[in-house]
Amino acid sequence: MNWIFEPWPWYIAGPMIALIMFLLIMVGKNFGMSSNLRTLCTLCGADKKVDFFKFDWKAQRWNLIVVLGAIIGGYIGANFLSTDAVVAIHPDTITHLNTLGFESAGTTYMPTELFDMAAFTNPKSLVILIVGGFLVGFGARYAGGCTSGHAISGLSNLQLPSLIAVIGFFIGGLAMIHFIFPLIF
Amino acid sequence: MRTVIYLLIGILFGITMFKSEAASWFRIYEMFRFESFHMYGIIGSALLLGVLSIQLIKRFRIRSFHGENINFPSKAKGVLRYLIGGIVFGLGWALAGACPGPMFTLLGAGFLPILVVIISAVLGTYVYGVFKNRLPH
Repeated sequence: MNWIFEPWPWYIAGPMIALIMFLLIMVGKNFGMSSNLRTLCTLCGADKKVDFFKFDWKAQRWNLIVVLGAIIGGYIGANFLSTDAVVAIHPDTITHLNTLGFESAGTTYMPTELFDMAAFTNPKSLVILIVGGFLVGFGARYAGGCTSGHAISGLSNLQLPSLIAVIGFFIGGLAMIHFIFPLIF
Repeated sequence: MRTVIYLLIGILFGITMFKSEAASWFRIYEMFRFESFHMYGIIGSALLLGVLSIQLIKRFRIRSFHGENINFPSKAKGVLRYLIGGIVFGLGWALAGACPGPMFTLLGAGFLPILVVIISAVLGTYVYGVFKNRLPH
């Protein structure tokens, strides 16, 4: 059982994700995480001003519980199932990140430059986190789903719109990393 | 009882996201540089089994654990919203290194600055809702 404490290889993780989608389908639900961001808007009172948020949020209560589970799962994974959570990315990726100023590449789980407590007082880190999060939320709702809703659920159901969305995800991601990163780091 | 099941599925999801490193900013960056098979292996194998299981459920009209019929609603037709929305999402995904599931896993794992990402993502969703009718779909 020692493997459980090591980073999980793709051939464990991929089937696990398929299992999670299967279980959600078999309890009459679906696998789509970004819907929760809309539900959170409604819970914050957005339905009083914008029609898009007027819906029966209680029908999405189950999904918020899945989110709660995802938080607990992260806690368990980090604290009880990992001895040394260092992400062993490719040496070329590490070298490249070092040249961009990410000294923590290859030594931590997340870049300390963005996800250490110091990020709260570093204006550049804050702007990156704020802009990144905003684009994720805006884009996911505009596209009607995110990685789980389109790349996993939608493509598994052979939906053309999901394929278009996933192509979009990659155009955006590649543009950010290859063209915009060199400008901001 | 059902609440417990949703919670357990969520916990399984969170553990998988953390342990597979799909929640790591570094893995997303590496994926977009095509320097590792890891993320493609995860998405690819999940998809292969996903397509298979949905086909089986449809073919054999398998009912849910609660005995109900299972429906797979088709996504609304269109190109622009998926393409533009997808590109916007991809830009954010690569910058913040987290999508809407793993960002909650990272919160549980103790990376507190992810709270900034989560709050901005909720705000981004709100702004989409405000301008929805004025955007091309």
